[in-house]
Amino acid sequence: MSSGKGGELIPSSSELDLDRPNIEDYLPSGSSIHEPVGKLRLCNLLDISPTLTEAAGAIVDDSFTRCFKSNPPEPWNWNVYLFPLWWCGVVIRYLILFPVRVIVLTVGWIIFLSCFIPVHLLLKGHDKLQKNMERALVELICSFFVASWTGVINYHGPRPSMRPKQVFVANHTSMIDFIILEQMSSFAVIMQKHPGWVGLLQSTILESVGCIWFNRSEAKDRETVTKKLREHSQGVDNNPLLIFPEGTCVNNQYSVMFKKGAFELGCTICPIAIKYNKIFVDAFWNSRKQSFTMHLLQLMTSWAVVCDVWYLEPQNLRPDETPIEFAERVRDIISVRAGLKKVPWDGYLKYSRPSSKHRERKQQSFAESVLRRLEEK
Amino acid sequence: MGNTSSMLTQYDIEEVQQHCNNAFSQQEIVSLYERFCQLDRNGGGFVSGEEFLSVPEFAVNPLSQRLLTMLDGLNFKEFVAFLSAFSPRATVQQKIEFIVKVYDSDGNGKVTFNDMLDVLHDLTGQFISEHQREQVLTKVLEEAGYTKESLLVMSDFVKILGSSGLKMEVEVPVD
Repeated sequence: MSSGKGGELIPSSSELDLDRPNIEDYLPSGSSIHEPVGKLRLCNLLDISPTLTEAAGAIVDDSFTRCFKSNPPEPWNWNVYLFPLWWCGVVIRYLILFPVRVIVLTVGWIIFLSCFIPVHLLLKGHDKLQKNMERALVELICSFFVASWTGVINYHGPRPSMRPKQVFVANHTSMIDFIILEQMSSFAVIMQKHPGWVGLLQSTILESVGCIWFNRSEAKDRETVTKKLREHSQGVDNNPLLIFPEGTCVNNQYSVMFKKGAFELGCTICPIAIKYNKIFVDAFWNSRKQSFTMHLLQLMTSWAVVCDVWYLEPQNLRPDETPIEFAERVRDIISVRAGLKKVPWDGYLKYSRPSSKHRERKQQSFAESVLRRLEEK
Repeated sequence: MGNTSSMLTQYDIEEVQQHCNNAFSQQEIVSLYERFCQLDRNGGGFVSGEEFLSVPEFAVNPLSQRLLTMLDGLNFKEFVAFLSAFSPRATVQQKIEFIVKVYDSDGNGKVTFNDMLDVLHDLTGQFISEHQREQVLTKVLEEAGYTKESLLVMSDFVKILGSSGLKMEVEVPVD
């Protein structure tokens, strides 16, 4: 699906707008398709039913909210025979599996910290050795995390090779996406800075694999972030960058629009598609509903986290493509592989209102049709 | 979801159905309830203006502010009654009644020239000047046999809109 060239990408100075292809291509619109003709009459001005219908349609169901709806696995315990079975399952999960997993994770942390802290403090002079050891240790602790949810991960496709000027992008469902990918190969990631223990981890351990922080409010200052990204991707010895261009966690059934930042670095883009099997657990981290701690606990009391990871063919910017079109093309590749439906919304609309440009476009088109029909006899 | 009273009883459903004059089937009412709870994020029993505006498709609609004054603070029963004009089972009369309510900002059943001008302003934004808007509206009003001073009521709207085949329906997704 290609967004229209030339006339449809309306040039505008608003930053948010430069991020999007033409939304009207995607939205269900009855009214904007047919062009009304004929002399302007009172009923044409007073008939607001198309606009009202669009508003009511949005109230009843809208594609943006659907992206962030949790989809817990279907309950199956609803009769006398299945209920005791389910109850046994609960007992096993909470009283047997959970303590075992906590032990596994604790052991993992002890091993990790007792190796990491000495390496970090003592090997200060030997940069290369220190980096390699820290990378290996981070991969180790990620493996322990994955084991603590009984993660069953199927990796498909060739393992990413470490080459310079290469950036990895993936769809985003939860912060565990990073852990799952990190256990296979060491990535540097760009992340929203979080409070609490997660933030502590970010500023200590993840520093060693080379991470870039931002704040969503600062993300509007795109230049700082882009500069940091560019510097990192040019650096020879840095871990390859892993970017989640959606900018927010989506529920693994839909994909929201990709931010173009990753696609204008002049690097090869290696797409990664991640799909969780929701029969076992809903891996979507609904940050509006739960803290990350609760989310991890939920994962640790489920049977397993089963997911598929596909490493897809690397893509480059084509000569006739803009970065936005490139981003959409890669989003298409990932969405098809992971079975996600695409929606035309910017993930940051979770935190802010849409730009007034969209409403103005509708107003402009109506105004022009009124003025045009006024002239007709 | 964990809201206050997230379970609808059969009695509740029937009460809501009666209140909206059977505009929706029982299944549709259950779906609408799920949607209401989804929008009502803080569980207050009603959906605030902010919560409606968090739906981007609604926020970009030119008439969203006008609709918000009608939607703010509605409980679920009233919410369904509000949407009943958009049911395929609603009559043309009910749909026109809804349109009049949108226009009639002071709720006295009469739509003034200024009311119509306000709505036209919402729909056209800055792309027509205030003066031009007045001109256009006056011209089409006079051609239809009214004047700037006319106060339009329900029967006028039926005459003006009733023949144009009003299409005003939404589909409630039912699992």
